[in-house]
Amino acid sequence: MELTTVWFILIAVLWIGYFVLEGFDFGVGVLLPVLGKSEKERRVMINTIGPVWDGNEVWLLVAGGATFAAFPEWYATLFSGFYVALFVILVALIIRGVAFEYRGKRPDSPWKAWWDKAIFVGSVLPAVLWGVAFANIVRGVPIEEVDGSLEYVGNFFDLLNPYALLGGLVTLTLFTTHGAIFIALKTDGEIRGNARALAERVGLVAAILAVTFLVWTYLVNSDTAFAVLAALAALSLVGALLANRVGREGYAFLGTALTLGLAVAALFTNLYPNVMPSSIDEAFNLTIDNASSTQYTLTIMTWVAVVFTPIVLIYQGWTYWVFRRRLTVDDIPEPRDAINADEKARAFDAEDAQHRSQPVG
Amino acid sequence: MEALEIARWQFGITTVYHFFFVPITIGLSFLVAGLQTAWYRTGNEEWLRLTKFFGKLFLINFAMGVVTGIVQEFQFGMNWSTYSRFVGDIFGAPLAIEGLAAFFLESTFLGLWIFGWGRLSRGLHLATIWLAATGTLLSAYFILAANSWMQNPVGYEFNPDTGRAELTNFADVLLNRVTLVTFPHTITAAFMTAGGFMAGIAIWRMARRPNVDRLTYKKAAKVGAITMLIAGAGVVVTGDVQAKVMTEVQPMKMAAAEAWYSTDAPADFSVLSVGTLDGSEATEIIAIPGLLSFLATGDWSAEVQGINDLQAQYAEEFGDIVPDQDFAPNIPVAYWTFRLMMGLGFAGMAIGLWILWAIRGPEAKGVGASRWTVAIAVMLPFLPLLANSFGWIFTEMARQPWIVFGLMPTSLAVSPTVSAGEVLATMIGFTLLYGALAVVEISLLVHYIKAGLPDVSRERTDTHADDGERPLTFAY
Repeated sequence: MELTTVWFILIAVLWIGYFVLEGFDFGVGVLLPVLGKSEKERRVMINTIGPVWDGNEVWLLVAGGATFAAFPEWYATLFSGFYVALFVILVALIIRGVAFEYRGKRPDSPWKAWWDKAIFVGSVLPAVLWGVAFANIVRGVPIEEVDGSLEYVGNFFDLLNPYALLGGLVTLTLFTTHGAIFIALKTDGEIRGNARALAERVGLVAAILAVTFLVWTYLVNSDTAFAVLAALAALSLVGALLANRVGREGYAFLGTALTLGLAVAALFTNLYPNVMPSSIDEAFNLTIDNASSTQYTLTIMTWVAVVFTPIVLIYQGWTYWVFRRRLTVDDIPEPRDAINADEKARAFDAEDAQHRSQPVG
Repeated sequence: MEALEIARWQFGITTVYHFFFVPITIGLSFLVAGLQTAWYRTGNEEWLRLTKFFGKLFLINFAMGVVTGIVQEFQFGMNWSTYSRFVGDIFGAPLAIEGLAAFFLESTFLGLWIFGWGRLSRGLHLATIWLAATGTLLSAYFILAANSWMQNPVGYEFNPDTGRAELTNFADVLLNRVTLVTFPHTITAAFMTAGGFMAGIAIWRMARRPNVDRLTYKKAAKVGAITMLIAGAGVVVTGDVQAKVMTEVQPMKMAAAEAWYSTDAPADFSVLSVGTLDGSEATEIIAIPGLLSFLATGDWSAEVQGINDLQAQYAEEFGDIVPDQDFAPNIPVAYWTFRLMMGLGFAGMAIGLWILWAIRGPEAKGVGASRWTVAIAVMLPFLPLLANSFGWIFTEMARQPWIVFGLMPTSLAVSPTVSAGEVLATMIGFTLLYGALAVVEISLLVHYIKAGLPDVSRERTDTHADDGERPLTFAY
């Protein structure tokens, strides 16, 4: 197999990793105001992803870096072309990441409410925008040759076409379903049941939207391999919802993970051998050949991937094993650190104020 | 303003900001790992309290480093797409490897460290912070290899068919002599920064609340000050070697650092100066004879090439690449950032020495409660931090007009399809967001510093390896 094809597959694998892993993180964030009715419940939810969300997000950084290394033209056209969308995603990921770490650092409710909003908004926006972005890549965007390079010549609003917006709703609802099932899998008590019930309802919406999206994609580009993968993705989702219904959360989670993986695989299959087709003229398509790095660079990167990926998978997998236990509201310790720190910091300030009010003498 | 100028400002703002958190993360991860190791070895609770106290401050800082780092990777493609096309075959690899080999290690094991208290066995838990710290070093190496290639491109060939630079020898890129000197310089500076952070906070606590945990903070002050001084000596030595390599590969940068216009020997180094620095007048106030010759070559009487000669030489060599034929960077910026970098670094080291003197004796009587002591303690963390910033501003600004030295001018590197309005909007967006987050971050740090060392007497210490059935002892 050509190395360009190998790297096309590897980039697909990285995006699958990203969507499957951060997908449930996003889902948990989206559901925070819905399922997390009390502070304890919200903390249970956040703590199901607490130890792993940052590692999950690295899949995005590696997907971005690998695209830069293996397909520089793709990276350059995509990132400069989807400029405003990526800016919004960056802002969302920034406030969301800080929110996870800072939320519990103070005990007062307004502080927490503020960060809860940041988690929600910071999860909804990327969950929608990644779908919009991928749908646009598959559909083709205005690309033409400018000074010898294939450049995106549309604007932000060109990206907000009906097909892409549907794609955004598909990722939002799929991630939300995936997240709801993850919460059901990782918690116990009332929240577990609520998450399952919600997964069923959101999952149904996700299934309808996803099937519409995949059929639409097939009608535009009738590719058999795509159809098979898309059908398997849809079946996995149905399987996941059935498993969820009978309380087999592990299988349900495997099902939504498969759905996301197969859907991304289907879209990449549909794309191949293009990486970013032009809606203006086929001659301006970015392909695995005209967008790629040299054989030498691809060879080095292949060795790097072969050595490091298994190691990463082993230790990331181990993390999930360490934190395998279900959480309940009773497991959440009192926020002793934050309360103590708050009291001591207040006492510090009070002492200073008292000191200042005494006459100097 | 043109998109080019705004994109440069955006890169400057987001990168300088990102690099406030990076050196603290690198240095403090190792210092916290060291504190925890001391507790692991001795069982002395003071070390555990210090581990938790500085560990909390470390995490508040780390979160900012992580989220601002994502912007860094994205903005090459967003604002500098022509650059990305031109160098992607070479530059993308270290970035991808940084993610795969370093970011995964850092983020995964830090997650395990944060949530692993009381769940992992003590030894395993200690190993997680060391692994996360190792990740920060790996990350630094690969990103510095990428940056060093921009200073001194090696291991590549220009391919006229594709119109881009293509990799011919990856080992040359990883073992670039500029990388080999920049890595130790940056890492020692990171340790100095973390040392200053730790010592400054410890002294502040001792000055503001002389009777609260005084002797425990004294330990931290000592660890911080010694780290600062050893690392500071490392910064000086590696900086010296780096200057000599720089003189060979980027002589214009060295000339710019001294506003040295005419080639001459020996070359003096002016500590301070007045005037425009445009070469039309003698401007130095205090000058050390021959010091520039020594910094540049190791020989006090050697000749140092001047800006005018280099300009003429480059015009001949690269005249067809740089549109406006101006090969000199902004001289006042190069001149002053170079001095601020060194001056602030030496000032930090001087305070480090004072701290070692002040904390002598069992009661550390030298650390009083005066305003001066408090002021010095507050200032200390910012000295190496700002020295780092000025060092990087010098490194990047004095490379101009090049984005990749000798290969590609910065003026031709921006994204051609991104408008000035779009770059301006995102720059304002990032600046406002970063500003707001800085306020939140600093207020949280101050809050936890005021709170002081946590109480660990109720801490459960009877942990067993891999006990998935225990409830969390720590949770967000």
